[in-house]
Amino acid sequence: MTRYLFIESRDPFESRDAQFIVNTASGLKRRGNDVTVFLIQNGVLAARKNARGSHLPQLADAGVTLLADDFSLRERGMRGEEMNPEIRESSIDKLVDLLVQENTKAIWH
Amino acid sequence: MAKKTLTLALMDPPYESANTTTAFRIIASALKKGINVNVFAYEGAVSLSMKDQAPHANPVKGTTVEEEDHPTTRAFVSSLLHIGKEDPLLTWVNCGLCVDERGAGHWVEGAKRGGPADFLKMAQESTNTLVIPTK
Repeated sequence: MTRYLFIESRDPFESRDAQFIVNTASGLKRRGNDVTVFLIQNGVLAARKNARGSHLPQLADAGVTLLADDFSLRERGMRGEEMNPEIRESSIDKLVDLLVQENTKAIWH
Repeated sequence: MAKKTLTLALMDPPYESANTTTAFRIIASALKKGINVNVFAYEGAVSLSMKDQAPHANPVKGTTVEEEDHPTTRAFVSSLLHIGKEDPLLTWVNCGLCVDERGAGHWVEGAKRGGPADFLKMAQESTNTLVIPTK
């Protein structure tokens, strides 16, 4: 099994190509891979539970692991209670741990 | 267990993108964990390590250089190279052609000149490679 780590830095409300992540990550998950999407920088802006246009619920439904960088959340004033509960707050240290796991392909978007 | 190594390719120039801050955070975290790090600075990213960068005052706010305490990317690179001077090791390679195009050859101590072949070798010998492209 291959691990895929997508690092999503783009605001999906600004960059409509965020759908690329949904299609690719979901497809890889359906094929039996371990898939994580790590939200960072403006990528965390989709993590609010009231974000009706967010693409993240589709990823959660597909079984993709969703993590959000704590530093990026704090910079944007986003708190735990306003987050989609399917997205776990994470850290840059965790991202590094994921990057150096064996058999992991990392894709920055 | 073999020592882990992470390779990053950076492309954004200084003061342009949050990607640079994230890259510095990844490098610092990896070094803190004892992981060796290679950086291949390509295109505008070769200017991250330029020694001539200087902090400035803010005439709009009327603040001095000291009060502004303006962070420069060369100071970050220099600090990271200090942390990664031996074990763990940070290897910082600036793309030579990109440097020549920009006249950006005056770097902080520890940065080296190289080329895409170095990046290929780094990637082949690393646990993983992350390319952080410009948007």
